[in-house]
Amino acid sequence: MRRVVVTGLGLVTPLGGDVETSWKNILAGKSGAGKITRFDTEGHKCHIACEVKPADHDYGFDPDKRVDSKVQRQVDPFIVYGIDAAGQAIEDAGLTDMSEEMKVRAGCSIGSGIGGLPGIEKESLVLANKGPGRVSPHFVHGRLINLISGQVSIKYGLKGPNHAVVTACSTGAHSIGDAARMIRDDDADIMLAGGAEATICPIGIAGFAQARALSTNFNDQPEKASRPYDKDRDGFVMGEGAGVVVLEEYEHAKKRGAKIYAEVVGYGLSGDAYHVTAPHPDGDGAYRSMEMALKKAGMTPADVDYINAHGTSTPLGDELELGAVRKLFGDAIDHVSMSSTKSAIGHLLGGAGAVESIFCILSIRDQVVPPTLNLDNPSEGVAGVDLVPHEAKQREVRAALNNSFGFGGTNASLVMKRVEG
Amino acid sequence: MSDTADRVKKIVVEHLGVDAEKVTEDARFIDDLGADSLDIVELVMAFEEEFGVEIPDDAAEDIATVKDAITYIEKNKG
Repeated sequence: MRRVVVTGLGLVTPLGGDVETSWKNILAGKSGAGKITRFDTEGHKCHIACEVKPADHDYGFDPDKRVDSKVQRQVDPFIVYGIDAAGQAIEDAGLTDMSEEMKVRAGCSIGSGIGGLPGIEKESLVLANKGPGRVSPHFVHGRLINLISGQVSIKYGLKGPNHAVVTACSTGAHSIGDAARMIRDDDADIMLAGGAEATICPIGIAGFAQARALSTNFNDQPEKASRPYDKDRDGFVMGEGAGVVVLEEYEHAKKRGAKIYAEVVGYGLSGDAYHVTAPHPDGDGAYRSMEMALKKAGMTPADVDYINAHGTSTPLGDELELGAVRKLFGDAIDHVSMSSTKSAIGHLLGGAGAVESIFCILSIRDQVVPPTLNLDNPSEGVAGVDLVPHEAKQREVRAALNNSFGFGGTNASLVMKRVEG
Repeated sequence: MSDTADRVKKIVVEHLGVDAEKVTEDARFIDDLGADSLDIVELVMAFEEEFGVEIPDDAAEDIATVKDAITYIEKNKG
């Protein structure tokens, strides 16, 4: 069977415009949260978010590095983040100069949960106030979810599968899992896979706040608001950004002497069939998703050292996920470390699963697990599990599991493992 | 004339992301400045907005160069 490895990484997060800056800040226990600067939040219930910082910030993002200024003007920010993260991953993998033969066997699977919400909001106002003749001719293709894959394929000449997953907050994980299968099934040798999101705009914040999903008790202490597993958690903090990996068939990567970060060994997916926003009360969907991923990997829970949890800091979700992990892992829970990096960068929605899978891969590379910030008073239900409170921890990481769950009751789990030699 | 020309050139530079020195009056939007048909639609909208003129589709089709745009606007602006 064709094996799938990771040979390149790219990140745009609220803690950095690249992989190493983001990871260094995650390990240092920094928070990317703050007051929303993109718009005036007066009248909103939620005033905070984890925004990607401007280029002149210590850990800001410079869109001019990889994205043409004309494209920047025409498309929503989620596409800009996605193009840049994909470019980083291609450069990291040493694939900037692919032959025509390689390009035909290289594809894209970069999705988003929501797509170009800020642009939809803005152009709706143009339509209402100025009429249809003033709506931008770039409105549609500048907001469509599959246009990260579209733009990236055009920019780099990737002529293989061109795909984009839309599964709310599990988009990033499904994107990587689906792309890995395309390589396994011999549809491609190389896939750019991941997810992006940028919905910090009035309608995005208002919509999630009205669904009672966002934290609203910490408007004056933004850095304290994302607190998975803590007694005082009251909802998630919206993040934005992108994560893209280069997936490559193992022999193909070896033959060209590529640096190999990890192998994608397991992919599980399931549906809750229960409620549009609330997770199944037994954590049934999460359990089956993780179980399938481990089974596909031919691994047992004892083989997993780190879990990057979905852990959004919502009152219901965190403990249900932990309950499912407890049930699946049994005694093996004693040796596993499980943390939620959403405590530092917020919830990147459609980007989350990809960004967090990259953190799993880096934890395997560096043999260190990132912390769960603000875990001051753990909920009673989480006792006896190492949730890596406050500080990163050096430890052996042979394999890591990423969980992502989304509205609609959609679940995805990925297992990544160290490649020996 | 020169005020209209300067404003037209500025819009072209902004919208097409090209260097200002490339935007001569003889420059053709598609062949010289890398615009596609949607860029032209957007440019025409920007000219309409900036100068308060209306440029109907059939007139827009005849605007191929920077000079064509300047001439049309000079002739039709209120």
